[in-house]
Amino acid sequence: MTLVDTLPNGLDVSIAKIDQSVVKLDVQNLDFFYGKNRSLKSVSIPFEANAVTALIGPSGCGKSTLLRTLNRMYALYPGQKATGKIMLDGEDILRPGVNLSMLRAKIGMVFQKPTPFPMSIFDNVAFGVRLYETLNKTDMAERVEESLRRAALWDEVKDKLQTSGLGLSGGQQQRLCVARCIAVKPEILLLDEPTSALDPISSAKLEETVTQLKNDYTIIIVTHNLGQAARVSKYTGFMYLGELVEFGETGEMFTRPVTTRGSDYITGRFG
Amino acid sequence: MSNALNAPPRRTTPRGFHIEPIFEMLCFAAATALLAALGGVLVSLVIGGWPALSKFGFGFITGVTWDPNPDHEVYGAAGPIIGTLITSAVALAMALPIAGGVAFFLVELCPPILRRPIGTAVELLAGIPSIVYGMWGLFVFAPLFAKNIEMPLMAAAPVGSVWETLFSGIPNGSGILAASIILAIMILPFMAATLRELLNTVPAQVRESAYGLGATTAEVVMSVTLPYVRRGAIGAVMLGLGRALGETMAVTFIIGNSHGFPKGLFDSGSTIASTIANEFNEASGLQSAALIALGLVLFVITFIVLALARLLLRNPAKV
Amino acid sequence: MAVSARRVATRRISNVIFVAFCCLFTVLALTALAAILYSLIVQGLGGMNLDVFTKDTPAAGTAGGLRNAIVGSILMASLGMVIALAVGIMAGTWLAEYAGESQFGNVVRFLNDVLLSAPSILVGLFVYYILVKPFGSFSGIAGGVALALLAAPVITRTTEDVLKLQPIAMRESGVALGSPVWHVIREILWRGSASGILTGALLAFARVSGETAPLLFTALGNQFMDWKHLGRAMTEPMASLPVVIFQDALTPYPDLNRLAWAGALLIAASVLAVTLIARAFAKESSRS
Repeated sequence: MTLVDTLPNGLDVSIAKIDQSVVKLDVQNLDFFYGKNRSLKSVSIPFEANAVTALIGPSGCGKSTLLRTLNRMYALYPGQKATGKIMLDGEDILRPGVNLSMLRAKIGMVFQKPTPFPMSIFDNVAFGVRLYETLNKTDMAERVEESLRRAALWDEVKDKLQTSGLGLSGGQQQRLCVARCIAVKPEILLLDEPTSALDPISSAKLEETVTQLKNDYTIIIVTHNLGQAARVSKYTGFMYLGELVEFGETGEMFTRPVTTRGSDYITGRFG
Repeated sequence: MSNALNAPPRRTTPRGFHIEPIFEMLCFAAATALLAALGGVLVSLVIGGWPALSKFGFGFITGVTWDPNPDHEVYGAAGPIIGTLITSAVALAMALPIAGGVAFFLVELCPPILRRPIGTAVELLAGIPSIVYGMWGLFVFAPLFAKNIEMPLMAAAPVGSVWETLFSGIPNGSGILAASIILAIMILPFMAATLRELLNTVPAQVRESAYGLGATTAEVVMSVTLPYVRRGAIGAVMLGLGRALGETMAVTFIIGNSHGFPKGLFDSGSTIASTIANEFNEASGLQSAALIALGLVLFVITFIVLALARLLLRNPAKV
Repeated sequence: MAVSARRVATRRISNVIFVAFCCLFTVLALTALAAILYSLIVQGLGGMNLDVFTKDTPAAGTAGGLRNAIVGSILMASLGMVIALAVGIMAGTWLAEYAGESQFGNVVRFLNDVLLSAPSILVGLFVYYILVKPFGSFSGIAGGVALALLAAPVITRTTEDVLKLQPIAMRESGVALGSPVWHVIREILWRGSASGILTGALLAFARVSGETAPLLFTALGNQFMDWKHLGRAMTEPMASLPVVIFQDALTPYPDLNRLAWAGALLIAASVLAVTLIARAFAKESSRS
């Protein structure tokens, strides 16, 4: 079911509804401020469990900002604040007093540029695990191996786990970052333009990894690449100037965008 | 999938969150300690020098008699202060064109094969302890200077002319001019290395477009690259000046260490730093206070110079 | 408008003069510096023998070496470096990670830069006031603290600079895993900046190991060294290479002068070696 509203200013907005029982993360009336600057304007968007949702839109539209509120990364910077509600399994994560560490264990994040830590490949993957769990050697080795397998990196690095993560290629580094996230056993993965710094072949591999992960994790991916959104995601949200303009099933949205702005963006008239 | 990732996680909150504020406090304390150190230097100089400053007042700076004899103790620091200013100014005047020449040579003219070795050599020499320059001045330079420069010039100066005054003194190789030359040699590598680094920050297109217009090397350097880094270059010069003002060892060996107001370039003199280095450990009472007050004067002079230098170096490219 | 032939000629001549002066000045500068290195090596090697390393500083006319001065220099420089590393790394971390563009941060940054090039003799006077006068004795500890004050600003500056080179996403990656910020700084940022910080530390070490002026009023000098209790020796006046060189060079005794040259060569050689190692590290860290 899709609702199309035409706002008083003549701009239309279309937000599809999702069955509440499969929603993992529900953003409700979210506003975000950089100082006095309001950069998200009452955004409401549901993210379905164990599915990929893509966020698209021109630069500066607020899609990365939205992503950074979901794990409260913005809390690192004084002067940035979010109001509204973000419900995760029935609890509002914007509520004061939330244990940010435990929240971030549930919500992993991969950044635009690969950020391998200056340590061995093994230690990179184990870094997050060691924060939360005390594992014996075998369990840890097993965890690292399985994480690397899921990130489709194991075969390439299994013989050099003790060498520095900085020695890998850009694409491998990015998959290492994915492995590092999933080693903590998160439920949600936030991917912030994860392929924008990679060459086409590495991008394709990472996309493949994302596709393999999509049944086990709730994945939210910010991307500039419309083809990528179309390939990997089940839902797509189109954002513009801090607003969510259109949200719906990816197939629908790319073939029959409902809003004028959404169709303009998708057909390449701006952005 | 049967594997390590499927079992539900059993996590505990990471340890160490309570250390967060402590760690930040420690870092803050360290930064504050540095601030306190600089403040401490100033405060200790003011307190230590106060007896002398209050007794002699403005005369401490203008007086030319520095006499520690307990019967008629009097301290006027004009000699060391002027000595510091003159040696630094003369050293800067000599070192600046040469350092500039070296930097221009390395950036614009040097054959690529020599660029690295010479550049590295200049940078390494900037790190040689100043005491080495001082020793060389005393043992090697001074005798040569006395024999080949001082004696002939004094002999050649017409009696009664301004030259006679300028070249007066004892031709033993140490004195104001000799100290200035050693200082100049000491700050030369530092200034050349800093200037070269600055000139290297000029984007290649800027230089190339000037050459493309048919400008000569001299014109490119003088009207394009040097103005481009003007602020930074002035900053680098000031830093060199700061070094010369505060330098102790390169000067103490060769300035002759007399407290009077220097009368000629070959006359022996003293600088603030050399006076403190020579007398502080034997001094007590008022003399000790006078020496510390002298240190305060040096602090104020160098602080102003360094502050200006740093402000200018902050944004090398801006006008 | 036709190009004036005369103007072209003037421009060419002034360019030739300019180029000639640049070359001349370079030759002049390199000659002077080569002359210094030459005397240093010739005179230094002339004064160098085994006694330099095995005997203590002599009175005039007797045989002796620089052993106590070398050890004193190493002890004081080490103490200075330990203090300077602790203060400098923490202060640099504060500037890079916590201070941001705050007013106080800018003040600290600026005054640290001033301290970086303040006359070392004034630092010596300051330490004399806080550590020599109150305790009634010159000491190796005071010498070490004076050297620390000269090294700390260098380390602070380099630490801040290399930490700032690390991408913000690196910090955020650690935080996104749920780690405390200080844990991210320690385990990720410091580790990633280690070679850069080490470079700064080595350069600071090179700088302080040649410093003479601040040691004159803090460690003074000592003909003897309590070899059995080096810890206690630190509370007493302590010899150092630069101070011994200074004193020996100013005596009229040729054997002491020779010893001073040997000491100067030792210092210059170790400073050059440390600087070269630091440069190698810097190259290493800029590559990775």
